Amino acid sequence: MADKNKLLIIAEYSQNRIHPVVFELLNKGRKLADKADLSLSVLIAAADNIENKELNELIYHGADEVQLIVNKNFSYPDEYLFKKAILNFLDSKQLEIILIGATHFGRSLAPGLAAAMKTGLTADCTELEIAEDGSLLQIRPAFSENILAHIKSNTRPQMATVRYQEFTRAVRDESRKGKISIEKITLKENKSLKKVEKISDQKINITEAEVVVAGGSGVKTREDFKMLQELADIFNGVVAVSRDIVDKGLMPRESQVGYSGQRVKPKLYFAFGISGAPQHLAGMKESETIIAVNTDPSAPIFKAADYAIEGDLYEIIPEMIKKYKKS
Amino acid sequence: MQILVLIKQVPEMEKVQFDAEKGRIDRKSAGVEVNPFDLNALEAAVKIREKLGGSVTALTMGPKRAESALKEAAARGADRVFLLTDKNFAGADTISTSAVLSAAARKLGDFDLIIAGEMSVDGDTAQVGPQTAQFLEINHAAYVSEITSVSENEITVNTSLWEANYSKTFNYPLLLTVTKDLNSPRLPSFKDKMKARKIEVEKLDYEAVKNQLQVKEVGFKGSPTWVENIVVPQKIERETKVYNKNETEKAIADLKEILAAKNLMEA
Ligand SMILES: Cc1cc2nc3c(=O)[nH]c(=O)nc-3n(C[C@H](O)[C@H](O)[C@H](O)COP(=O)(O)OP(=O)(O)OC[C@H]3O[C@@H](n4cnc5c(N)ncnc54)[C@H](O)[C@@H]3O)c2cc1C
Ligand SMILES: Nc1ncnc2c1ncn2[C@@H]1O[C@H](COP(=O)(O)O)[C@@H](O)[C@H]1O
Repeated sequence: MADKNKLLIIAEYSQNRIHPVVFELLNKGRKLADKADLSLSVLIAAADNIENKELNELIYHGADEVQLIVNKNFSYPDEYLFKKAILNFLDSKQLEIILIGATHFGRSLAPGLAAAMKTGLTADCTELEIAEDGSLLQIRPAFSENILAHIKSNTRPQMATVRYQEFTRAVRDESRKGKISIEKITLKENKSLKKVEKISDQKINITEAEVVVAGGSGVKTREDFKMLQELADIFNGVVAVSRDIVDKGLMPRESQVGYSGQRVKPKLYFAFGISGAPQHLAGMKESETIIAVNTDPSAPIFKAADYAIEGDLYEIIPEMIKKYKKS
Repeated sequence: MQILVLIKQVPEMEKVQFDAEKGRIDRKSAGVEVNPFDLNALEAAVKIREKLGGSVTALTMGPKRAESALKEAAARGADRVFLLTDKNFAGADTISTSAVLSAAARKLGDFDLIIAGEMSVDGDTAQVGPQTAQFLEINHAAYVSEITSVSENEITVNTSLWEANYSKTFNYPLLLTVTKDLNSPRLPSFKDKMKARKIEVEKLDYEAVKNQLQVKEVGFKGSPTWVENIVVPQKIERETKVYNKNETEKAIADLKEILAAKNLMEA
C-alpha cells in the first residue's frame, strides 16, 4: 500500500468536531480510490490532540491512513496559517487527488493551496467520477446553477471542493484497520492577522433540518414570523427566509435560502409568500417535497412545487396550525 | 489608502438562455452587467476612500466589451479603471485569471487593500479572490459581511467561517472577498454617469505583465482545468397538484394525510 498514489481528504475540524462533510467525502473518496487504485488518506489540522476514538471513526468510515497535525494556533480559522502548515505536509509526488469540503473555510483555503501548487481546482462539485483515462471528472453547477460543467485537470494533484450534503455518509465498519499518525508542529505566527475573535456561533442551522418553513416578501413583519415558527415547531422544523427578508433586516442572514445563502435539501419545504426567483430555487429545489402558498397563481414557485396552494398565507398558516397541531 | 477593486463583467443571469441540446450558453440572449457582488466590493472601496482619502482603482480582465463595466465602475466612484485584454488571456481558468490579475496589481501600484466579490455569477467559483492573494503572497479574508472599523493601519472585518462569525483585524496589504450583506451599492447620479463617459479606460495587454508571466502561464495555456462538456440539467419535473382559491380547506386536509403518511407530523 505504501507505494500506492493517494487520494487525500483535507478535513475541517471546527466547533470541536470533525465536520460532517468529511464523512461524506470518505464515502465518495473510498469509491474513487478503489476505482483508481489509490490509497485514501485524511489530513486534519487541529489545536489539540483529537481523541483517538474520533480519529478511529475516520478509519471506520473508509480511510486507510489519518494524519493529525497539531498546533495551538489551529484553534481559530486562519487560512494563511493552515495553508502554510498543510503545504509543508503535502508530498505532492504521490498525490493524485485532493478533496476538501466546500464549506466557507474549505472554499477559502483550497484556492490558495491550489495556487501555491500551481494545480487545478474545481469549486463546489456535486459529482465526481473516475473517467476512462483514470483522471478525475469533476462535475459542478455553474452560471448560477443553470448548467452542469464537466471539468478535468491536466495537473496533479487534481483538486476539488465538494458540496456539503451532496453525498451520503460513508457506512461505518468497525472492523476496518488503518494507520493513525499524530505530529505536533511549530509554526511561525501570521504577523498580518493582529486579532481574531469568535463573535457568535451560527445559532441557526437550517441545512440540517428535516422540515424547513420558509417565508418571503409575502410575510410583512418580524412579528408575523412567529406564526411560521409555530408551524415549524409542529414538525420539529426551522424557519428560513428569502433574501428580501434578510435585506429588510427582518431575519438574520444565516436563515437565508438560496444561491447567496444556504442550500437546503429537507424532506419538506414550505414556501410562504416566496415568488420563486431562480436564485431562491437554487437553494431549495432539491427538497423532497415542496409545498408553496402564494396569492399569485402565476408565481414561478408553483412550477417547482409538489403542492401549489393559491391563497393568503395569513389565512392559511393559522388554519394549518389549528389542523396540524396535536390536540 | 490605495484600493484595488476586481470587477468582472457577466451575462445578465435572469435573461441568459441555455441550449439544453447543444449544451451551450447563448451569450447573445442576454445583455451584460457588472457581477452583482463586485458592486458591493466597489461600494466598500469608495466608502473607505471617502473616510480615509486615497484612490480607488478598478481592474477587469476580459474582452473589449468589458470596457462598459469599467465605465460603470467609474460612474460608481472608481478613480482609475484598467482593462486587461489580450488574445493570450482568453480561455483562462481561475489560476491563470488570478495570475494575470495579481501581476497587473503589482504593476499598477502598491495597493493597501484589494477587494473582490464573493463569487462571480457566471463562474460561481469564489476562487479568484483567494488565489490572487496567494500569488501576491498576502493574507485574505473571505465571506466578509461587515467592515467594523478601518484606519490607515488596520482593518477589522466580520467573516463567517467554521459555522460561526469571527471578527478579524489585519494590517495591510490585504485582500477581501465580500458578500451582499456588506452594503447597498449606491446608484450613480446623472452627473456621475456623464463624468464617467469621459474617463479613459486604460488598456493593458500581455506586454504589461510579460516581465512577471510567461505566455504559457496565462489564458488557456496557463489553465490547468478545462471544461470537457456542459450539460443543462433536466429541470426537476414535479407533478404539481394545484389547489385554487376555493380549495384551501381541501388542500389543508389533503396535506395533513400526506404529511402523516410521510411520518412528518408529530406523533
Ligand atoms: C446575485 C444574486 C443573488 C441572490 N441570492 C438570493 C438568495 O440566495 N436567496 C433568495 O431568496 N434570493 C436571492 N436573490 C434575490 C432573488 O432574485 C429575489 O429577488 C428574491 O428571492 C425574492 O424574494 P421573495 O420571493 O421573498 O419576494 P418577491 O419576489 O417579492 O415575492 C413575494 C411573493 O409573495 C407573494 N405574496 C404576497 N403576499 C402574500 C400573501 N399574503 N400570501 C401569500 N403570498 C403572498 C407574492 O405573490 C409574491 O409571489 C439574489 C439575487 C441576485 C441578483
Ligand atoms: N476576469 C476577471 N477580472 C477581474 N476580476 C475578476 C475576474 N474574474 C473574477 N474576478 C473577481 O473575483 C471574484 C470571484 O470570482 P469567481 O472566482 O469567478 O467566482 C469576482 O467577484 C471578481 O471580484
